[in-house]
Amino acid sequence: MISYITRRVLYSIPVLLVASFITFVAVRLTFDPTLKFRQLRDQTAFLRTKKQFGLDKPIPIQYFKWLGRVLHGDFGTSTRTGGAVWPMLTRALGFTVQMIFWGMLVALVLAIGIGVLSALRQYSVGDYLFTGLSYIGVAMPPFWFGLILIQIFGVWLKTKLGWDKPPLNFVGLHSTGSKGINLDYLRHLVLPVLTLSVQLVAQWSRFQRSSMLDVLSSDYIRTARAKGVSRRDVVWRHAFRNALTPLVTDVATQAGGLMGGLVITEAIFSIPGMGRLFIDSLQQGDVYAVLGFMVVTGVFVILFNLIADLIYGVLDPRVRLA
Amino acid sequence: MTSLTPTTTSTPDEGDRQLVLGAEPVARTQWQLFRRRFFRHKLAMFGLFILVVLVVCCFGARWIAPYKNVPDLLADPAGPSGKHLLGVDLVGKDFLTANLYAGQISLKIGIFVSIISTIVGTATGAVAGYLGKASDQLLMRLTDLFLLLPPLAVLAIALQKFGQSEFAIVLVLAGLGWMGIARIVRGLVLSLKEKEFVEAARAIGCSRTRIVMRHIVPNLVGPIMVNASLAVAGAIIAESTLSFLGFGISPPKSSWGKLLADGKETIATKAYLIYFPGLFIIITTLAVNFLGDGLRDAFDPQAKH
Repeated sequence: MISYITRRVLYSIPVLLVASFITFVAVRLTFDPTLKFRQLRDQTAFLRTKKQFGLDKPIPIQYFKWLGRVLHGDFGTSTRTGGAVWPMLTRALGFTVQMIFWGMLVALVLAIGIGVLSALRQYSVGDYLFTGLSYIGVAMPPFWFGLILIQIFGVWLKTKLGWDKPPLNFVGLHSTGSKGINLDYLRHLVLPVLTLSVQLVAQWSRFQRSSMLDVLSSDYIRTARAKGVSRRDVVWRHAFRNALTPLVTDVATQAGGLMGGLVITEAIFSIPGMGRLFIDSLQQGDVYAVLGFMVVTGVFVILFNLIADLIYGVLDPRVRLA
Repeated sequence: MTSLTPTTTSTPDEGDRQLVLGAEPVARTQWQLFRRRFFRHKLAMFGLFILVVLVVCCFGARWIAPYKNVPDLLADPAGPSGKHLLGVDLVGKDFLTANLYAGQISLKIGIFVSIISTIVGTATGAVAGYLGKASDQLLMRLTDLFLLLPPLAVLAIALQKFGQSEFAIVLVLAGLGWMGIARIVRGLVLSLKEKEFVEAARAIGCSRTRIVMRHIVPNLVGPIMVNASLAVAGAIIAESTLSFLGFGISPPKSSWGKLLADGKETIATKAYLIYFPGLFIIITTLAVNFLGDGLRDAFDPQAKH
């Protein structure tokens, strides 16, 4: 088990390195972070700033210098803000982790619930209803759904129903001056989390439904029923657990996609997370911040895949990780 | 070796078992069976119909669109009315016309991205799966690499370099979209090449080319076509997302995503500018997904979903 984990981690390191190198070179060749310093009247000051950010050397050298510093825990200085990149990343990551946590939680609970219920009541009204909804959920651009939510809660409730304070907010995760987990937080959380999870719920619930149906029609379920196991035990102890396995892999492989979804959600709901940081940094050629984003998300993707494999082994003991 | 290509008489799932006594069972090839199942799939036919209508309307916009696709500064933005079915947008264009022309770009991007990424992905996956060993390792690590590159960064960089043209967007979306199909094809090839019928073909001395073309490729067509159809929907949504974030097509050209991005500023007063492009996207992707489902059911009648 441990050797498996080590090997997986070791395999992913070169991939991450190459990806970061490509990103570094591409971002450096395309965007010019010194643009705003060019206007400095004093040419020596311009060169000094360039040197200060380490932008005077050839690009590959710059990359390896950056890499060396990263290995010592220093992610460099943002050319956009002049501050260190690492605190920027951790601050942004805080918001993003909250979004991922709530988004995944809501998506998984809803998707598994809907999937299992639709499978147990196949071809019922509810099954058809959820099937229809999931088709629409998959077909819908998530940001469009977010916009519609804002339209309803930000505009419609005010103009049509005359509510001064809509029950759900859509800017940031807290009102100014508010902190921690409280009602204010929840009111800010609902819309972005819905936006983030709507497509996941649609996909995963279909997935869960079909794998539950597969399992329910398998021989060992028939055997269990035949020998008189109660329906509840058959469904929850025999079928449910086995039907979870395929979903787990699917969830993990989409972890990367979730990061993409976050960029949009954070943009719509003005949440200062990783996605916002990334877009702002990219447009200004802030190569160290972009790389920081890439490394952190890359590590997340690798980690998610690893966790999925491990959970897979727990859910299905036949899978031996070696 | 034609006998190895499965030829089936009518199968039970057809629902048209030959009950008439004395009637000869009709031999049908897999392809005929597929076609029958596909054209009897109601949802898929519905999706196909919607798609054909959309394609005809969008690409025939020059003849069909009720107004000219030019800004009219004298016209005021207004909601849907009898004269302007979907209203008038911020620059005074008839919004239905604007949507039809935008649809040209969205549909083109969707279709071309799907074609290119399918070709690249299939080739990569097939080579990796069939050759195995070192080439498999190399190609799969390459796939991992592409999965790690931040799509938005790649896109922003490419658009900066090549200009915000349809061509650049198609290339980038395809370049970032081939990994899924590559993995699927690789997995299929890996399992197919161990199957008995491939072993049998090898045993009786079929050449490598013949094995690949005659025994492996036909079994890949189904999953590949299903994925290609779904890729169209994915690309249309991806393009709209990029446009929305400001990385999309540049004016005067427009896409549904661009229309949405333009409309988000006036969401408080002119929500119809948000509703309609979104509906066009949903209708298109729904139709494509129905089509994909139909293809899957037709290729693999046993698959449950």
